[in-house]
Amino acid sequence: MTGSQFWMVWPDNAALSALVLAFVAMVFLYAARKPMHALLRSTGHAIGGPLRVGARWLLAAANEMNQRNKAVLLAHGRQEVGQRIEREFERVAIMVTRDLQGYPTLQRKLLDEITRIEEDYKKCGEVPPPPPDWVEAVTAIAKVKTGGGEMVESILEEIKRSVTRIHDKAIGEYRRSYESRHKILDGFMPFWRSVDKTLAQVDKKLTGLEDSAKSVDAQMAKYGQINAKTDKAEHALTVSAFTQFAIAFLVMAIAVGGAFINFKLIALPMSEMVGAGDYLTSSLRTSDVAALVIILVEASMGLFLMETLRITHLFPVIANLNDRSRRRMMWIALGLLVTLAGVEAALALMRDMLIADKQALVQSLSSVQHAAVTEGWVGRIPTAGQMMLGFILPFALTFVAIPLESLIHSARTVGGALSVTLIRALAFVLRILGNFARQLSRVLVSLYDVVIVLPLLLERGVKAFRGVASDDSDAADVVAARRGL
Amino acid sequence: MLKRLILASVALLVTAVAGCGDSRNNAHGVYMLIDTSGTYAQESGKAQLIINYLLGTLQPGDSLAVARVKSRSFSEKDIVAKARFDVRPSQANAQKRVFRDNIDGFLKTVKGSAYTDITGGLLQGAEFLNETGAGTKTIIIFSDMQEELDKMTVRDFPISLKNIRIVAVNVVKLKTDNVDPRRYMDRLGAWQKRVEAAGASQWLVINDIEHLDSVLRR
Repeated sequence: MTGSQFWMVWPDNAALSALVLAFVAMVFLYAARKPMHALLRSTGHAIGGPLRVGARWLLAAANEMNQRNKAVLLAHGRQEVGQRIEREFERVAIMVTRDLQGYPTLQRKLLDEITRIEEDYKKCGEVPPPPPDWVEAVTAIAKVKTGGGEMVESILEEIKRSVTRIHDKAIGEYRRSYESRHKILDGFMPFWRSVDKTLAQVDKKLTGLEDSAKSVDAQMAKYGQINAKTDKAEHALTVSAFTQFAIAFLVMAIAVGGAFINFKLIALPMSEMVGAGDYLTSSLRTSDVAALVIILVEASMGLFLMETLRITHLFPVIANLNDRSRRRMMWIALGLLVTLAGVEAALALMRDMLIADKQALVQSLSSVQHAAVTEGWVGRIPTAGQMMLGFILPFALTFVAIPLESLIHSARTVGGALSVTLIRALAFVLRILGNFARQLSRVLVSLYDVVIVLPLLLERGVKAFRGVASDDSDAADVVAARRGL
Repeated sequence: MLKRLILASVALLVTAVAGCGDSRNNAHGVYMLIDTSGTYAQESGKAQLIINYLLGTLQPGDSLAVARVKSRSFSEKDIVAKARFDVRPSQANAQKRVFRDNIDGFLKTVKGSAYTDITGGLLQGAEFLNETGAGTKTIIIFSDMQEELDKMTVRDFPISLKNIRIVAVNVVKLKTDNVDPRRYMDRLGAWQKRVEAAGASQWLVINDIEHLDSVLRR
């Protein structure tokens, strides 16, 4: 008998052997049906239960974390909006103080101008004296019949001349009078313009005030929503935090680029100060670390400077310092920053000299001798540029404190939101696995019954013959299976 | 608080600037043997190229020594020039210039020797490199690798070249090698076997001096 035939009852007849073995196995499997079903179900429960419990725990943890995140987010938002409202009120107060301070003068000016305009207007209202009563006399005389009398005609002629002279005089006076009133009216114009300008100023200031009031209203509405803990406010704050995080990250990446350039500028000359052959680890030069530390110290000084200027608020201890200490600290930070910037400029110059020296050495060592190039003032431009960069970059890095603060503040929200998402995803996976384990146990139970289908059919036949509708044990199985659901 | 902040900043700066690293483990020590025997002395121009390459490539803190191989080479007197380059790049450059001038002077006045004691040179090189305490130690042999000793000189004993890289450069073929190339192969094979038995960390042959970059590969 070969190794592969050990199971054969009849080595010559594999089919018969398999059939007999299957029959025997079926009998044993049928006999062990109930305990096997129980075993499969309890295995499914044993695997699926803890997974489902784990999923529930993770979901609860995620919800708790979400609530905590929401509380932190709303508190941070409340603080931020509160500060913005405070600033807006300060601006309004400044505007009101400034404008109202000048308001009495403005009012007096307006009143003066209006009074003057009124007086001028009254002057314009003075009409020339009415024509004298002699007009009626003239009318009466005009009705006199001459009758061809010479005396009468001469009298009338005399009267006509007198009347014409008087008329001309009256007309002249009348014209002069109107001319003077026109002059008064002409004098109105600057006052009108002044009044118009003054009123435009008032309008502009009032519009500015109105805009500030609108801004305050908007901020107050936002503040109200945050206080009411609405989902809209939470969503808006979350989106804002993500945006801030992205922008701050971008600016920080740019700043890192600047720091890298700065590092390149001072790494080589630092080897002249601390030695090029010293290593902290197998590949980390002491000079590189020293250069990095110088840059980090500069960044720290910049951070302290920003803190003492109250532009950033990363260190409450600095913010709580009294004005004298804070100012002193600001000057110290600025002094150190200027010193380090000066050192960097000197190092940048040294770098250029070292590179030139190395280049000269390499040229002298090379087999092909190059002609020396006289560069003149053009050749000094890179040196000057390097020195300038070395001096400016530390100050430019100072402003990194602002995006750093934004990054730190928004990272709490972004990190919290991502953690919650991750935990929920993990809970989902655990729940899926738990359900899969339970369903698998049920599938295995059914498969078990499929394997022993012949004894089961026989059992059903016997029961039918005896007139028993269903076995109690089967009913118990069904109940157990349903509970398992 | 203010005082504490200032003290912390100053301490950080001082720690950074002072440094506390061990320079020896990362330093490279190179000992170059120049064969001045017989017709090989004519190859001194190439030796100068190799030395110039080494001077241009070695870093501050590294060590370099150039010695000649003659009838008996186990002697400090055979070291033509040696230097441990200063850790400051500017000083190291100045040292390299002086080194180059010394080598130029030597190569102009080099005279051929009757015998070739490569083993003695290796022993002297190993001694020098071990004294430098460099992390990477390399002996460059600028020779045809044909050792010829007088009757008095004894070199047939085991030598120690532990953790030293041996690089044979410009191993020219002799007339007899052209007749039977197996002689050349056997000669190099024998040297490889000998230096590996002596504990050398690497055996390398570079005949094309355009590929010198692998000489200082760590």
